[in-house]
Amino acid sequence: MNPAPSVILFTTMSGLGFGFMAFLSAGLVGVSGLHAFFLWVAGYALAVGGLLFSTFHLGNPQRALKAFSQWRSSWLSREGWAAVLTLFALAPMALSQWLGFDWPRLWGIAAALMCGVTIFTTSMIYAQLKTIPRWNHWITPVMFLTYSLTGGAIFASQRPVIMISLGALAVVQAMAWSMGDKRFAALGASMGSATGLGALGEIRVFEQPHTSPNYLMREMIYVVARKHAEKLRVIALMLAVLVPLMLLTFGPRGPATLMAALVVHFIGALTSRWLFFAEAEHVVGLYYGKR
Amino acid sequence: MTTLPQSTAKKLGLAIDLDTCVGCNACVTACKGWNDQGYGAPLSDQNPYGADPSGTFLNRVHSYQITPLDAAPIIVNMPRSCLHCDDAPCVTVCPTGASYKRIEDGIVLVNEDACIGCGLCAWACPYGAREMDAAAGVMKKCTLCVDRIYNENLPEEDREPACVRTCPTGARHFGDFADPDSKVSRLSAERGGIDLMPELGTRPVNRYLPPRKKDVMQASPLAPLLDIKASGFAGWLDKMLGKIG
Amino acid sequence: MSQPALDLSPPVSDEIRKTTCYMCACRCGINVHLKSGPDGKDRVSYIEGNRDHPVNKGVLCAKGASGIMQVTAPSRLRTPLKRVGPRGSGAFEAISWDEALDIAVSWMKPLRETAPEKLAFFTGRDQSQSFTGWWAQQFGTPNYAAHGGFCSVNMAAGGIYTLGGAFWEFGQPDWDRTKLFVMFGVAEDHDSNPIKIGLGKLKERGARVVGVNPIRTGYNAVADDWFGITPGTDGLLILSLIHCLLVAGKIDLAYLARFTNAALLVNAAEGPENGLILKNAESQPFVIDKRTGQPAPWDGQGVQPDLGAVWLGHRTVFQHMAERYLSQDYAPETVADRCGIPALRIHTLAAELARVAFDEAIELAQPWTDFRGDHHETMTGRPVSFHAMRGISAHSNGFQTARALHLLQIVLGTVEVPGGYRFKPPYPKPVEAHPTPHFVTAPGKPLSGPHLGYVRGPEQLALLPDGTPARIDKAFTWENPFSAHGMMHMVIPNAHAGDPYRIDTLFLYMANMAWNSSMNTAQVMAMLTDQGEDGAYIIPRIIYSDAYASEMVAYADLILPDTTFLERHDCISLLDRPISEPGAAGDSIRWPVVEPDRDVRGFQSVLLDLGVRLGLPGMTTPEGGAKFRDYADYIVNHIRRPGVGPLMGFRGADGDQTGRGDANPDQMQAYIDNGGFFQAHVPQEALFYKPWNKAYQDWAVATSFYESPQPYLFNIWSEPMRRFQLAAEGHGFLQPPDHLRDQIKRAMDPLPVWYPPFGAAAEADYPLHALTQRPMDMYHSWGTQNAWLRQIRGKNFLYVPTKVWQAHGFEEGDYARVTSPNGQITVPVAHMAALNSETVWTWNAIGKRKGAWALDDAAAEANEGFLLNHLISELLPAKGDGHRYSNSDPVTGQAAWFDLRVRLERVGKRDHAEPQFPPVSRVVPKGEGRA
Ligand SMILES: Nc1nc2c(c(=O)[nH]1)N[C@H]1C(S)=C(S)[C@@H](COP(=O)(O)OP(=O)(O)OC[C@H]3O[C@@H](n4cnc5c(=O)[nH]c(N)nc54)[C@H](O)[C@@H]3O)O[C@H]1N2
Ligand SMILES: Nc1nc2c(c(=O)[nH]1)N[C@H]1C(S)=C(S)[C@@H](COP(=O)(O)OP(=O)(O)OC[C@H]3O[C@@H](n4cnc5c(=O)[nH]c(N)nc54)[C@H](O)[C@@H]3O)O[C@H]1N2
Ligand code: SF4
Ligand code: SF4
Ligand code: SF4
Ligand code: SF4
Ligand code: SF4
Ligand SMILES: [Mo]
Repeated sequence: MNPAPSVILFTTMSGLGFGFMAFLSAGLVGVSGLHAFFLWVAGYALAVGGLLFSTFHLGNPQRALKAFSQWRSSWLSREGWAAVLTLFALAPMALSQWLGFDWPRLWGIAAALMCGVTIFTTSMIYAQLKTIPRWNHWITPVMFLTYSLTGGAIFASQRPVIMISLGALAVVQAMAWSMGDKRFAALGASMGSATGLGALGEIRVFEQPHTSPNYLMREMIYVVARKHAEKLRVIALMLAVLVPLMLLTFGPRGPATLMAALVVHFIGALTSRWLFFAEAEHVVGLYYGKR
Repeated sequence: MTTLPQSTAKKLGLAIDLDTCVGCNACVTACKGWNDQGYGAPLSDQNPYGADPSGTFLNRVHSYQITPLDAAPIIVNMPRSCLHCDDAPCVTVCPTGASYKRIEDGIVLVNEDACIGCGLCAWACPYGAREMDAAAGVMKKCTLCVDRIYNENLPEEDREPACVRTCPTGARHFGDFADPDSKVSRLSAERGGIDLMPELGTRPVNRYLPPRKKDVMQASPLAPLLDIKASGFAGWLDKMLGKIG
Repeated sequence: MSQPALDLSPPVSDEIRKTTCYMCACRCGINVHLKSGPDGKDRVSYIEGNRDHPVNKGVLCAKGASGIMQVTAPSRLRTPLKRVGPRGSGAFEAISWDEALDIAVSWMKPLRETAPEKLAFFTGRDQSQSFTGWWAQQFGTPNYAAHGGFCSVNMAAGGIYTLGGAFWEFGQPDWDRTKLFVMFGVAEDHDSNPIKIGLGKLKERGARVVGVNPIRTGYNAVADDWFGITPGTDGLLILSLIHCLLVAGKIDLAYLARFTNAALLVNAAEGPENGLILKNAESQPFVIDKRTGQPAPWDGQGVQPDLGAVWLGHRTVFQHMAERYLSQDYAPETVADRCGIPALRIHTLAAELARVAFDEAIELAQPWTDFRGDHHETMTGRPVSFHAMRGISAHSNGFQTARALHLLQIVLGTVEVPGGYRFKPPYPKPVEAHPTPHFVTAPGKPLSGPHLGYVRGPEQLALLPDGTPARIDKAFTWENPFSAHGMMHMVIPNAHAGDPYRIDTLFLYMANMAWNSSMNTAQVMAMLTDQGEDGAYIIPRIIYSDAYASEMVAYADLILPDTTFLERHDCISLLDRPISEPGAAGDSIRWPVVEPDRDVRGFQSVLLDLGVRLGLPGMTTPEGGAKFRDYADYIVNHIRRPGVGPLMGFRGADGDQTGRGDANPDQMQAYIDNGGFFQAHVPQEALFYKPWNKAYQDWAVATSFYESPQPYLFNIWSEPMRRFQLAAEGHGFLQPPDHLRDQIKRAMDPLPVWYPPFGAAAEADYPLHALTQRPMDMYHSWGTQNAWLRQIRGKNFLYVPTKVWQAHGFEEGDYARVTSPNGQITVPVAHMAALNSETVWTWNAIGKRKGAWALDDAAAEANEGFLLNHLISELLPAKGDGHRYSNSDPVTGQAAWFDLRVRLERVGKRDHAEPQFPPVSRVVPKGEGRA
């Protein structure tokens, strides 16, 4: 799939934003007043900014409201609802912490859980697609959630959580890759099944339908060289997990180290998300003899 | 209307004969021409005279080469458009309800007025049947020429898809797969119509009629009239002309 | 939840106008839908096939269905142009039509008055040849032809000389009855939609389709059996099939005896008559009647011609034929390697032909009477049919190969029978019914007859008294006596060389001679711009009519911009290349369904205007005024022979006469009201056996094709050919130059022969054959300006067979250097398995020159796209005798495009093809958005 910046930024930023706000909302960060205000602004900025990025790839964003209509069947619609409801649900906690209202903790915990739900719905937009076997697996929501949790935890300086989630992330990410690599084959789709001609013999493309490129090819067929991908995987893991871990373990304690760890982790998350798209093969590529 | 109907009264679709399709692309441009002025937004072309022209097409013809183990290689042309799946994932993923499957006849359509152009339905379609129009920002797909097949402004015989009407070899057949006696159902039954990518569970309506077995001419060599070497030309002539008394 | 409301019956358009497509010579009927635009003017909104039309019956091909992009293309020329920069630079200034016509007249008039041959008028892909030829005849120049000489004259002439008709507009398989259909060397053909409709019918009935072609795409991809023949060897394969049939005695003796010259006697006496058909005292050929053993008239009632007769030492054609092809030289085992087809498969094909022709014969309960007066209760049909095109004809042995194929049809008895191949009126038409070439000029006078024709013997060659060629293209000379369509590919090289003479004005219409249409693009461009020592151009003046900004435009001095096909009148006439069916004669028109929005004029109307300004007879009134208002007026009012004009339908004052009748002023409207065409149906009794069927002959006379019935026999033995051999053997007053004697003796064999195509001379250094194919979705150079079609096919690759691909270690994305005896190109390659192992190929005419066709300079066509033409040449490499022979068939002069031989070298990744020529400057602005 085409690793379009809009979708990469959308999923990573809102993932981080909601992950972070979940910690805030659950009251685990223990801030108040202006400090709280700025942290909440940052959380909202990430989440809303991510959502805004997601509208960049819409052909007709002016009709975006219509996307709320199909929550009964569409994950994208559900994601819209979840995000909006969550943003609303978080608002009282933000106000409460900023202005010191001390509103019920339970609400905050519920809102934090809603953050999780939102991330889950986001991930399900991808995980539901049978056409993209790499995504079409429970590991996708797990991975999205783990990324949110980790990023959120770092941002929220939840040290014990950070350590655990970094570890979890390493495992989940590795699993996502290694399982993902086998998904396409497991689905059993091939040029033969795509064309229904497989029984006749070895099949190859003779001519593409058009010599000029089209939307499908631009959108669904993206080829990353295997070597290149492997390198990027190492980089992603280092940045998302290893370097933050090192920084937090061996670096001086303090917000600067945390911020550095967050930035590095985030770049790692972006890299991983880039790979998430770039390595995902859509079955339509079979028609073009490309995977 | 993102939920799929439980069942549809008809299952309109195409049976495409891969034994007959010569890959001429007539259906491609006829489709483009009709739909450029028909249902919804025109099918725009970006850079039409430039380095990388790129436009919206609802039907494209692939060409494959197949090398059987025990026979000469063959070329199969394969037109590809929406299969109007019974279990259309493109419909259920749509957040706006723009994508829907018609209860009357099973045609899968995009209501362009409601489409936000998110592209998710194109991701959900295994068959590459949906293309986002770069000018209009809405999703375009084969409409099965819904604006022709019932169109009372067209003569009765023209109430069929533009691609079917134009196909010079008659490789494209249009009809109701819900009716077991329809031409398309019969063709599909007789010729072993194929479902594309059944493992995706989309239950396509359109069927592809597979190429027949090639290069199997079997006549055994002709027996000579006589031994020409022995009898010479004169002998051959006698024997030959004796035949018409 | 409810579904959105949908208007299922939207209005389709405001109006439909029925006319004829023009994106190829198939000439399908179209319904042009019009909607009025915001400015109130009619705009074309959609084009579909006309269901009532005899050619396409409602279907359209990819080009036809995208005609709307053709009439709105930004490449359309807008105004007459006069060259201001050096020739080839593309620097022009816009001028008025009056100025343009004045210039043209000022160039042409003096030529007509002094030396009419100094005007050479050649018309490319012309659909109005009966008109343009007539114009040239009135001008008085012998130098006229259309593009047939480089296109497929071998196929046309091979058919006419053998059967009195060939394929395409001459005839087609009986699609409804044939059970076995064999195609030789066909990719698309002119008859595109009818062939596709026909193939569809065969597929529906489960009839067997066989493709003989080095390449398995398109029609050959759907063929049930593919014979991946090595190029240039079809003649050998066909003669081998005939061999098998003869050996097994599986031939239609009754057919041969009654309908062909198999029973005529071949003069065995030494001397100037040797090998000619034996004639009686009345100069009539005769047969030996089996009933009496005595000579009898060939067309006598009740006569039973004896195929085995030997009379006073003269043997029948049949015996000559059988003896030749029974030879082991034609055994499958002998030809298999050369043809690239295993012997067993040749045997199998022969057996299948015999089985279907004889064991599955059909019998129609249709009584008929033959030309001898013999009555038949039924019509026997042999449901085997054939079709062939340029895969056969574009080789230097193509004429003889075409003859061989017709012979195969004849021995199977499948021509003009149910299930076989059927003529389309006005065919059948034997050589004798065609004119001979006319070429004698006189200042200020028209030519005495049509330029092109069918030569019967050396006396008809277009030679001046001193033996030099009368025509600039050297058509109808000893080098290629039967050049029935002229030799357009030789015009520019000959005019440049001043051989046989110099011309003054080259007038071209609709031919992209500076690009895909010439055999050696780079050299032709050089010839067109070459200057003498005095700085004057060697070809002094060039006038060109095109409708679009083609590569050729840059090489003209004066451009006469044409309309597009929806903006003008045209006529597809029985005098020319009509649109008949086996069961009906047909003709049709085009009419302006939209008005041009530019300062352009229909070329035919411009020719008439020029004619009046030049005072040409036939188009000028005695007072010097215009006899015809415009081309539409000519179409309706021109009388070619008494009662016969360009259109056959709605003739006579009341419009109720067909074929013959006075001009009818309302004829054009009657055609428009009838959907743009007219058909005259062949009577039931006359539907088959046309050359010998009394009912058909009478109908053909009534419908104006003949002046009197013309039954004839198919020519297995070709007497006109033998006459040339006799001359080469030294008989007769007219003698060929010595260096051509051997070639004539070999090529003009009166029985079909096979010899290796001339290209084979380069075999050792250039092991691969290089071919082109027509893409079904592109028309030569001008499909590219179509915004839809160029997305489908904007790049071409050289397809390489597996063996060669692996041997060179090619990888996807690679380029190869391709070298022929004439040049070198560097082009992208791709792998193809379903391909003859000694053949490489590409799609024709995809490569474009930068600056042409209103495309961006970065267009793929102008960078990665390429032509094979840079590798070909109109002349063969010099032979030992120092003479340079043209790269053409020695019989007809047909350009031997497919004789090309090459070798490959891998060059790895590149991003553009070579050679690249400097851009031509633009005569219309670059195209931006789509209309
Ligand atoms: N390598 C290779 N070369 C080949 C062949 C091959 O097989 N291989 N085939 C050869 C054969 S058979 C042929 S017939 C030629 C064809 O080659 P051309 O005869 O050159 O045919 P086109 O490219 O169709 O170009 C004809 C010209 O007519 C112009 N034209 C189009 N419509 C109109 C109109 O309405 N009015 C006027 N006035 N002009 C118009 C076009 O713009 C174009 O410039 O190519 C030959 N060249
Ligand atoms: N769409 C479209 N239609 C066209 C045209 C076009 O440009 N586009 N051009 C029109 C014109 S001008 C013409 S002349 C006709 C030509 O119509 P075709 O004759 O069908 O055209 P080509 O593409 O030249 O095809 C030649 C075929 O012969 C095969 N071939 C080459 N050498 C040999 C051989 O030695 N033996 C055998 N058996 N096969 C061989 C090639 O593989 C190819 O398939 O098409 C006309 N129709
Ligand atoms: S029009 Fe018919 S033959 Fe041509 S590509 Fe389409 S389906 Fe195939
Ligand atoms: S082919 Fe694709 S677009 Fe059409 S119904 Fe099936 S999934 Fe949807
Ligand atoms: S692009 Fe349009 S039709 Fe497709 S899912 Fe999005 S809103 Fe629905
Ligand atoms: S049915 Fe209509 S919309 Fe669908 S491919 Fe055919 S022409 Fe195009
Ligand atoms: S075959 Fe195609 S381009 Fe040629 S006349 Fe017919 S529709 Fe037009
Ligand atoms: Mo041609």
